[in-house]
Amino acid sequence: MYRIILTKIGAGLLTTLGVSIVIFLGTNALPGDAAQIRLGQAATEDSLKALREELGLNLPLYQQYFRWLFNFLQGEFGTSLASGNVTIAQLISDRYENTLIVSTLTAMIGVPISVGLGIMAAMFPGTIYDRFLTLGSVTLVAAPEFFTATLMVLFVVFFLGIGNAVVVGSIDDKNLVELITHFILPIATLCLVIAAQLIRMTRAAVLNVMNSPYIEMAILKGIPRRRVVMRHALLNAIGPIVNVIAINLAYVVTGVIVIEVYFGYAGLATLIVQGVQTRDYILIQTLGMIFCATYVILMMIADLASILSNPRLRHPK
Amino acid sequence: MSNNKNNEDKHYVAPFSNEVSFDELQDAPPSGKFRLSITGKLGVIVVAFWLFIAIFGQFLAPYEENDLPFPDDYSEFQKPRPGAWLGTDVDDRDILSRIMYGAGRTIGISLAGVLIAYVIGVTLGIGSSIAGSRIDQVLTQFFNILLAIPTIMFGLVVVAAVGSSIPVLIITAGAIFSPVVFRLSRALGMEIMVMDFVEAAKVRGEGYRWIIFKEIWPNAAMPLISDFGLRFIYVILFVSSLSFLGLGVQPPLADWGSMVRENLGALQYGESVIPILAPAIAIASLTVAINLIVDDVSAHAGGKLSGRL
Repeated sequence: MYRIILTKIGAGLLTTLGVSIVIFLGTNALPGDAAQIRLGQAATEDSLKALREELGLNLPLYQQYFRWLFNFLQGEFGTSLASGNVTIAQLISDRYENTLIVSTLTAMIGVPISVGLGIMAAMFPGTIYDRFLTLGSVTLVAAPEFFTATLMVLFVVFFLGIGNAVVVGSIDDKNLVELITHFILPIATLCLVIAAQLIRMTRAAVLNVMNSPYIEMAILKGIPRRRVVMRHALLNAIGPIVNVIAINLAYVVTGVIVIEVYFGYAGLATLIVQGVQTRDYILIQTLGMIFCATYVILMMIADLASILSNPRLRHPK
Repeated sequence: MSNNKNNEDKHYVAPFSNEVSFDELQDAPPSGKFRLSITGKLGVIVVAFWLFIAIFGQFLAPYEENDLPFPDDYSEFQKPRPGAWLGTDVDDRDILSRIMYGAGRTIGISLAGVLIAYVIGVTLGIGSSIAGSRIDQVLTQFFNILLAIPTIMFGLVVVAAVGSSIPVLIITAGAIFSPVVFRLSRALGMEIMVMDFVEAAKVRGEGYRWIIFKEIWPNAAMPLISDFGLRFIYVILFVSSLSFLGLGVQPPLADWGSMVRENLGALQYGESVIPILAPAIAIASLTVAINLIVDDVSAHAGGKLSGRL
């Protein structure tokens, strides 16, 4: 069993390495190098050459890549090209909290509610409750994030009259009520976005278990439906459900990009979008790696969860 | 055979079986004639409507996409009124006309993108399931790495590198979504390749062309068609998200995603929220309608093969 886990982790690391190569090459295709951008058009050949040597831009590409990778692993991300002499680490440390708060709270609020709703839907399949949830999630799964966000704004701001359509500014000097209204819209929207997938997939995972002969046996014994689901089906559905949760948390990593821009929220995602607009490729490299690595790790957890929970996968022949 | 058994079993799981069709959870072979459900029919109507607008919208639109319906009136985000039935946007332009112009662009780019993804993905996927061994391994590893990059992140890096234009958007969407198509068609190919009728065809001495078009394709068609719909949805969402981030279709061209971005201010200053709601509803109605059709097709194809992968 440990061998399988180690292989999976190894595969995850290799994938991250592959992703880092793609990101490095992709951002290197940008016209102009760091020395050119930093010194501007008026730079002399000599000063360009000196700076290139200092930054290691005269080295062969593969050496540049390893240099970048090792610096990245040590947390030395370099200096932003667009915003003067600010280091990337500084830019990130100003904002990572905001993104972390939104995604963590989304996970803490959205996941239990959606999983609960999904299990309920599987418990009473075919009822109006189930159909309503299924139709709702089919709709929300396919809708773009900014559609969901607009609905949320209309509902919360115009209908309930709380919160502010656009959340700007820092979170430092705010009291609790202000903090809640500050975060309510992005978090509620992200929760809805992941809930759609999560409900659907949880329902399918539980129903899948409900299909097996031992459940039939339990039903034939005359056990009440609630107990069949809770004691018999759910335990075997935990693996698939954890798998589903991890996949959807990985989805938060990408969903947060559109949501942050929509609400003008100062997080890492708005930072990378700014980086693309200003063609600050050092910023893109760093943040791209952070986002992709998080994504790969969550996907790996999803993979491990489904293996660990399934004895047949745990002990392959 | 296992299906017959299950049908018999269903009899005993009375508390559940009268309410759930368990067939939807299995890979049952296509059964009977394909029929659309009510929601599926609704989906077809909506998709047909948008396709019509996409093709003819720019000829039917009351104004050009950057015309001002009321040149003398400088207030932005006006409420709907005669002459501008959905109101005006941040630059006083007619929203209805821009939606009609944007339809062709949003749908056209996405359709072209998903077609490219399919040409690359299916060719390499089915090809690699037949070729086997080394080529297969290399391709699979390569596409696995691409799959590990979130689509929007991939889009951001490409746009940063080469800038954004409509051809770039189409090719990027094609490239980003081909790994998923590759994985699905490879798995389908593998699954079908080991079936008895393919063995029989091989033993008969049929060539690759026969095996691909007469043996594999008819069996892979249904899952691929329903996946095509799903992929189309994701490409629409991808393209409009990029446009929404300001990195897709560039102003002053109308596109549903960029319309939402341009008019974000309507939430704070606008008299009406239609400028932002209308393009968002346009996208959502199209993608949801496609999803309703896909649900029907995949239920008919009997299995959630694409869901399992």
